[in-house]
Amino acid sequence: MAGTTNTSLRKGRKSTYGLLSPAILWLILFFVVPMATLLKIALSTKPDPWLPNYTFAWEWGNFSDAVSRFSSELYRSFGYAAVATVLCILIGYPLAYFLAFRAGKWRSLLLGLVMVPFFTSFLIRTIAWKTILGRNGPTIWFLEHAHLTGVTDFLRLTSNGSFLGTPQAVIGGLTYNFVAFMILPIYVSLEKIDINLLDAARDLYDVPAKAFRKIILPLSLPGVFAGTLLTFIPAAGDYINANLLGNANTTMIGSQIENLFLSESNYPAAAALSFIFMAIITAGVLVYARVLGTEELSA
Amino acid sequence: MTATTTPSPTASPRPERRPLTSRILGLWAWLVYLWLFAPIIVIIAFSFNKPVGKFNTAWKQFTFDNWLHPFNKPEYRDALVTSLQVAAVAVVIATIIGGLMALALSKYDFKGKGLVNIVVVLPLTTPEIVMGSSLFTLFFARNIGFGFTTIVIAHVLFCISFVAMTVQARMRGFDWALEDAALDLGSSPWRTFRTVTFPLILPGIAAAALLSFALSIDDYIITSFVAGDRTKTFPMQIFNANKVEIPPQVQVLATMILMFTLGLMAIGAWRTIRRTATT
Repeated sequence: MAGTTNTSLRKGRKSTYGLLSPAILWLILFFVVPMATLLKIALSTKPDPWLPNYTFAWEWGNFSDAVSRFSSELYRSFGYAAVATVLCILIGYPLAYFLAFRAGKWRSLLLGLVMVPFFTSFLIRTIAWKTILGRNGPTIWFLEHAHLTGVTDFLRLTSNGSFLGTPQAVIGGLTYNFVAFMILPIYVSLEKIDINLLDAARDLYDVPAKAFRKIILPLSLPGVFAGTLLTFIPAAGDYINANLLGNANTTMIGSQIENLFLSESNYPAAAALSFIFMAIITAGVLVYARVLGTEELSA
Repeated sequence: MTATTTPSPTASPRPERRPLTSRILGLWAWLVYLWLFAPIIVIIAFSFNKPVGKFNTAWKQFTFDNWLHPFNKPEYRDALVTSLQVAAVAVVIATIIGGLMALALSKYDFKGKGLVNIVVVLPLTTPEIVMGSSLFTLFFARNIGFGFTTIVIAHVLFCISFVAMTVQARMRGFDWALEDAALDLGSSPWRTFRTVTFPLILPGIAAAALLSFALSIDDYIITSFVAGDRTKTFPMQIFNANKVEIPPQVQVLATMILMFTLGLMAIGAWRTIRRTATT
């Protein structure tokens, strides 16, 4: 007893499994089992086009059908999500840096403020962007009166003098809606950095940029890694932004999956597409984890 | 000591450069906050708008009418009530079972802990659309009626992982010897938990419950898969109707939800400040 340190973990007893079992049971019954069901249906055939039933038949062809039929939506979803994630890093990293090192006594308040917009409905926020960017909204009004629509068209921010109904609007919506998931993990990793280390870095490298690149950036990479996963995955699967801010040519994979399930009732095709989508994401996460060489997946 | 480490002449640009980068960072922060809050300001402003036609998306005239009659649109009111009921049940279940799991994970070492840790993280790295569709196939295959219960099941599922991780983060570095001290002094295990452990992990539990509430009340994608035809949550009602109408009550109710969550956050912050001030 005397030899143990304060924070050392206790040996588990039977009661430990008692504490765990309700949550584990829930996760198995409603996460693991449904995934198995999804796989089973993805390998089934649909004997009757008019009925929502299916027959299990090891139908591997469903996967290749799904990929060839929806390849453009798959490319689009991953492309939009990738651009949005990069934008989240570009926008979020400097802010997280500011919060961690320059915000002083306002730090907790400013950090709390990052979370506030995310306590308002996701859908209503996106509808509000429609108001801001819409034909009759303040931004278009300003651009037209300042005769800047030609410039913004040239910069590809607008197309034909309009923000909405473009891939840029969808990517902007994705960036806005998921940026907090980038800011917070980067902030956490920056905040952990010892202040003495910063002083040492300043003494070691006389160019601040070099001190940043050699010391701070590497130490904050776990945060960037976690933030990337937390933004990229939901952004790739999202279809609300594409639906509200885009047009018929910005359809993402999520709305195709939803459509196959809830409108067409073609469960095998829908399940196969859903499974492919998850498989690509999982493979991507593993490769990404390997490349970055971090084991921070769970942190 | 300090005299010998004063900056050499090569480092002299630093005093002038640091304020500049600080200023740029500060300006950047202002711009990002403006961007983050622009839609929120629009939502609150439009809750006081008197729209022409069915869409409250173009500014017309200031009015208090919407706030005097926030529940005038029965389908939105009923959907919000459903959302609040779902959130209440899901938050209680998720906080209890997720909290117990976090307790086990941070206090004990046991066989299979690595596997449990992976299973907890997986729902967080699974896209909502995949979770929604897998739950849909399960409920369909087992012939379970879609509705309130299936929505609660789904919401508890995506909240458990957030609860477990939030509470675990709070318990990191917790001094479990405090429990031994209480037990040595003759306290019963239940009383020890009630008077020693629970008050210490309460802020983590409260944060997790608040987060779960926000996640539950806002979810659209997973909910749309498991809701069936008759049950409608607030986000579903808005999404399904947004091409037909956006009444000002939408903005009013959204502002109310925001105020409610901010109120809870403020109470939490105030309690923390008061506690640190008194101890």
